[in-house]
Order: sequence, then C-alpha cells, then structure tokens
Amino acid sequence: MSHTDTHAHKKASFWRPQDGCHPWVDFMTSVDHKKIGIGYAVGALFFLLLGGAEALIIRLQLMSPENTFIAARTYNQMFTMHGTTMVFLAIMPLSAAFFNYLLPLQIGARDVAFPRMNALSLWTFFFGGILLNMTWFFSDGAPAIGWFAYAPLSGPKYSPGMGANFWILALQVLGIASMVGSFNFITTIINMRAPGMKLMRMPIFTWMTFVTAFLIILSFPAITVALFQLMFDRQFGTHFFNAEMGGKPILWQHLFWVFGHPEVYILILPAMGIVSEILPTFSRRPLFGYPMMVFSGAVIGFLGFTVWSHHMFTTGMGIVATSAFSIMTMLISIPTGVKIFNWIGTMWKGKLSFPLPMLFALGFLWLFMMGGFTGVMHSSVPGDAQQQDSYFVIAHFHYVLIGGALFSLLGGIAFWFPKVTGRMLNERYGKLLFWIMFTGFNLFAFPLHFLGLSGMPRRTHTYKSEMGWDLWNYWSTIGALILGVSILLFVIHVIRSAKRGAPAGSDPWDARTLEWSLPSPTPVYNFAKTPIVHARDQFWANKYGSDAEKAGVANEGPGGIHMPDRSWMPFFTAFGIFVLAAGMVFLNTEMSLFGWVFEHHFQIPIVGALITFAAILGWALEGPGGYHLHPEESQPENES
Amino acid sequence: MSTSNQTSDLFDPHATRTGISNKKLTMWLFLASDCMFFGTLISTHLIYRRLAPDVVDPSQVFDVPLTCFATIVLLLSSYMMALTTSAAKEGKFAKFRWSLIGVMVLGLIFLGALGYEYYHLMHEFELGLSSNIFASTFYILTGTHGIHVAVGLLWLICWFFYSFKKNLNLQGAAEDVESLSL
Repeated sequence: MSHTDTHAHKKASFWRPQDGCHPWVDFMTSVDHKKIGIGYAVGALFFLLLGGAEALIIRLQLMSPENTFIAARTYNQMFTMHGTTMVFLAIMPLSAAFFNYLLPLQIGARDVAFPRMNALSLWTFFFGGILLNMTWFFSDGAPAIGWFAYAPLSGPKYSPGMGANFWILALQVLGIASMVGSFNFITTIINMRAPGMKLMRMPIFTWMTFVTAFLIILSFPAITVALFQLMFDRQFGTHFFNAEMGGKPILWQHLFWVFGHPEVYILILPAMGIVSEILPTFSRRPLFGYPMMVFSGAVIGFLGFTVWSHHMFTTGMGIVATSAFSIMTMLISIPTGVKIFNWIGTMWKGKLSFPLPMLFALGFLWLFMMGGFTGVMHSSVPGDAQQQDSYFVIAHFHYVLIGGALFSLLGGIAFWFPKVTGRMLNERYGKLLFWIMFTGFNLFAFPLHFLGLSGMPRRTHTYKSEMGWDLWNYWSTIGALILGVSILLFVIHVIRSAKRGAPAGSDPWDARTLEWSLPSPTPVYNFAKTPIVHARDQFWANKYGSDAEKAGVANEGPGGIHMPDRSWMPFFTAFGIFVLAAGMVFLNTEMSLFGWVFEHHFQIPIVGALITFAAILGWALEGPGGYHLHPEESQPENES
Repeated sequence: MSTSNQTSDLFDPHATRTGISNKKLTMWLFLASDCMFFGTLISTHLIYRRLAPDVVDPSQVFDVPLTCFATIVLLLSSYMMALTTSAAKEGKFAKFRWSLIGVMVLGLIFLGALGYEYYHLMHEFELGLSSNIFASTFYILTGTHGIHVAVGLLWLICWFFYSFKKNLNLQGAAEDVESLSL
C-alpha cells in the first residue's frame, strides 16, 4: 500500500519525531492507537508472567504440609503482589490492549478522540507497574497486606514499612492510567463512529468496552479517595481508619468494595465482549439476541454497583442490608445467564469450526460457568458465612479470572494476532498448548473447591498434615506448574510468531466486523476511505449481504487524511507523575541520591509536580500538529 | 442517515456524531467521575459526623458568615467564568482578559478564605489534621477541594498568558475551562 507524504516541507525535530525516526523513539512518542495497544499487550504479558511466577512460589510453599520453602512473611508478600499484579497489571492492561487496538477499527475511525492522552495512559500504566514492583528492592520489601489491603492492617501501626506506601501510590498512578483511557474511549465511541454506525450496529466488543469504561470512571474515584485517606493515615497522622481515635476500619472495606466489585466486571466484561466476537465468526451465524447481549451487559454493569457488600457478609451489617445485597447479587446471575444462553444460541445450528480462538472461547464458556455457579453459591448469606476466606472463594475467582477472563483474552490474542502482525499462530502447536493449559488449570483450581469446603483458610502460609489437605494441595500445585509452563510457552510462541508465523491474509477467519476489511497488519491511517455503515456485522454484509447492506464510502475531500504528530509530552507527563508518586512514598525519610544524603520532605514530589506541569504546558502549546496522507489505493478488495 | 459527502477530519469538532466537541464531552465525563470522587469524600465526613457527633461541635468552631462569603465568591466566580466564555465566543479579547482576571481574583479570595479558616481553626481551637476524626475528615474534604480550585486557577493563569499569543482563535476550548471552575 503505497502513499505519498505531503509533509516533506516539515522538518523532523527532536520534539516532533517524524517517520523514519529510531524505533525506540517511535515507540516512546507514538500516538497511534495500534502501537499503544501493542505496548499495552507487551507490558501486560510481562506482568502476567511475573504474577504467574509469584503464584507458583505460593503453590510450591503449599505443596506439602509444614513446608519451609518460604517464610510466612514472604508468603504474605507473595499473595499481595500476586493479586495486585494480576488484577491491575495483567488482566486490566491486557483488556486495554484490545480496547486500544480494536475500538477505533471496529467503529470505522482513524484513531481515538485524544491520541496523545491515549499515549499518556500507556505510559502511566508503565510507570505505575515499575513503581509497584520497585517495592521489592527497598527495606522491608513488598507489602504484606493482601490485594485489598484491609485497614488497619495496612495502616501505620501494623504495616510500618515502606511496602504499603508503594502499593498505595502505585495504585493511584495506575488509576490515572485507567481513568484517562476510559474518558478517551467513551468520547471516541460516542463521537467518532463512522457514518451509519448507529449504537445498535456497533460490534458487541465495542459495546462491552463502552460499559467497562463507564464502570471505570464511576468506580475508580472511590478507591482514589480510600487510598488518599489511607495515605494520610500513614504519612500525616489522620485517623480515618484508626479505631482508637474513632475511625472505622469497616469504612475502608466499604470504599474498597464500592470500587472492588465494579472492578470484577471491569475484568470480565471485555472478556465477554471478545467471546461474543469469536463465537459468531466460527459459527458463521450472527450473534444470537444481539440487543439482549447489549442490554444484559449494561445491566451487569449497573447491578455491579449495587452488590459490593456481598464481600462483607460476615462483618455484621444487619439483616436488612445483607438480605438486600444478597438479592441484588442473585439478580446479577440473570443477565449473566442471558449471555450464556445467547452464546449457546449463537452456536445452535451454526456451521461450527474449531480453530484455536474458538477453543479458547469454548473453554471460557465452560470455565466461566463453573466460576459463575460457585458465585451464585456465595450470594447466599448463610452459605457465604461458611465459605468466607476459605479456599472455596479462591477456587471461585480463579475459575472466573483465569478460566473466564484470561482464557478469553488469550483467545482474543489468537483471534486478532493475524490482524495485528499479518502472521498466523501455529494451529497445531497452539491447540496442544490450549489442551495442556485447560488440563493444568482444572487440575490446579478444581481441588481448591474440596480444600475450601473442608475448611482450608486462604492466606495461611502452611497447614498441618492432620488436617487432611495434603493430597489436593499436592495435585493443585502440579496443576499450577502445568498451567504456568503452558502459559509461558504460549507467550513465547506469540512473540516468535510475530516474526516467523505463516503470512495471514487480511481476513483469515472469514470474519464479520470492520477491522477485517483492512489489510494485515493495519496501515497507520486505518481506513483509506471512511466506510458508510449500513448493517450490523458490516464486513460480513459486504461479503454475503444484499446490495442495500453493503458499505458505502465517504467522500474524503481533497485534503488527505490528517495524522497527528508523534509527541514526547505524554511520556514526560507520565514521568512527572511517577516522580511525584515515588517522592510521596519516601516522604520524611533520609535519602541518598548519588551519594548526596539529605532529609527528604517534599522536595521530590515538588520536582515531580513541576515536571508534570511543564509537560502538560508543553502538551497544550505544541498542539496536535500533524501531516496529511494520501493513500493511493482505496480499500482492499473484499474477497470471500 | 448517511450521505456520501460527509467528510471526516479527526480534529474537526463539527464532524463528531453528537455535535458536541470531544473535549467538552470528556470534560462532562470527568465531572461525572468527579461527582463520585467528592461524593465519597463527603459521605466519609457525614458518616463520621453521625458516628461521632460529640467530638467537635461544628456550630462552635465554624464561622458561618465566612463560609457563606466563600460560597458566594465561588458562585460569583462561576458567573464571571460564564462571562469569560461568552467573551471568548465573541472573540473579544479585552472583555475576555478582564473577566478572566475577575475569575482569578475570586478564586484567590476563596483560597484565601480557606487558608484563613484553616489558620483560625488551628490556632484558636488547636484543631490539627490529626487532632481527631472530625478534623481529619474536614481537612481532607476541604483540602481536596482547595487543591481543585488551585489547579483550576493555574489553568486560568495559563489561559490569561496564552490570550496574548498572536493570531489566537479564541473560539477554541475556552468553554471547557468553564466546567473546571465548577
């Protein structure tokens, strides 16, 4: 696809790198949603492996009774960092990778509404991940407070070290990343759809992105405030969660779960969106009950805000509150059930084929249902009172998060990999890995149900042999090792295939949505001519639909396609935020920087704030910039 | 619904599906998120007021006329901001700058009042950040709001200097700044 650039008159400067700049410079300054999406995926897969390594250390410690593989405190640090890493640094960013790459393509747009803000969210995620993991290298090591950091355990009295500070501030930074991204996605979806792309014609993955982004912008403020209060308790002597001075630790639980429960849906809704794209493609049928799928997604999002206290049934909230939250929780199983039946309905009488993405989608369906069933069991208050903090809960959310979210996301990688790289994954090897992964996962997680029901508590670093938990702990660890190795091999295979995979055409799966109408890998400007949409599943209609349903082409005018310039400012802004947050971690300590020892109060945060301010100012003044492209060819031929 | 002569320029606000510019829409979304943020802070304060009503008697420590004054100042600044926006839309530079100065002065007065109130509370009633739960929630709630106003002020100052730039098209994003002063 050749094109002529008309920005020859424009000189490449350090501040505005142009085409042909060094690949690293390109990566750090790119505002292209596709490169940002790839950046998110690379970061997320790295942290997935890191969090997986932490998980294996936990499992090895539990492999035999009274094991001394790691000390109790190290164990506590491991499960804290494992949970935090997997939720905030692996699953969420992996979903964000799909949002970034696919969302503009699916709605027929050239980029997101604010390309530079998009880069900002990538780099704040990157620095947030670094900040969180820096904690290992400082005195007292990582926090040992669990991923929900219940106060006062995470307060100044019981977690005096630096670990919890790192945890608090890293989560604040990651929160900024998610919020900025979400504002951007919502605006993009509302404002930048191609002509004719009505809301009810949008691909279902875009719909789920939309709901997820709303969940993020409305639930993250609660954790921001909670973290803020905890930080002040730890570093400025306030009493939000200090019971001696009238503070209520239960407030932390409420604030955390007001965020934390929507967070669960933030993790699973994108996965549901991906499955809803894969199943119709390989059933060669439209998604069954599309409007119901949209509405059930929205209802799940809405109800997600009304059930947070089911994480707190055993705290004694009173009969009315527990009953109400119990009923709301049971209600959520209705829209979820609607989705599951619609997925089955999609496959019913379809022409099924079973390539790798389809296996992952079907694996999702099974495993997510397993997790869903135990979820309904938790919604019953008396049942939950028995299961609370036992391995039964661990079994539940690992089925939902690995079997549900992760399987779907890996399926998404297998599905869209040809679009992103122009190459295929190896089908046979991929399928082999899938089956190993599937077996390993069930061997790891299913025995946890038995352990939980026979009373094994979570977050306990060892157990006595007389408890009768030896057998299933042993097999669970074996399963976890199998799972871990297969995921590692899958990630390696993905990386290798980017260079070595067999070439893929623009539409290897005979798929349905607009992104497949573009060449693989997608050109930098996405659509040479903006499509005019006349049908749901527009690309399918282009191939097999009636003439009335086929996409039109918008008249672009003589100016060519406007492309925004690369920019350093998002990276610098994120760096400033990082310095500010890192400085807050080290408040009121003695520091030595390059041999210079000083009493540190607010110096580093102030420097960070100044960097941030300067970068934002530079951002505003440089403007989006840009140049124009004139693709010579129109859309690629649609072959069927 | 769709005609074939629609152009799609990424940065042309008139090309958006809703007719609302991207920046403005995002600012509204941010405000929705902000409601949750301050909602959480205010609920924290109110919950502790109910749970521990005896720690501090608010009617004793607060200076109601001062608080009223600060509120009026804030409302006035919103009004001035509306004037600034309309001046920007008309492209009148002098009016724009003067009303912008008005907003900034009012913002400074509000921050001054907040600072005076803090000083008053700390010295007359010896109510520090860590004195009791009431003080903790109160300072964090109002302090966060103060930072909010200060950041807005910074933004306005930038706009003031920016307005001296040559060939500036004032019909730009001034309306977004309006939302901030809320």
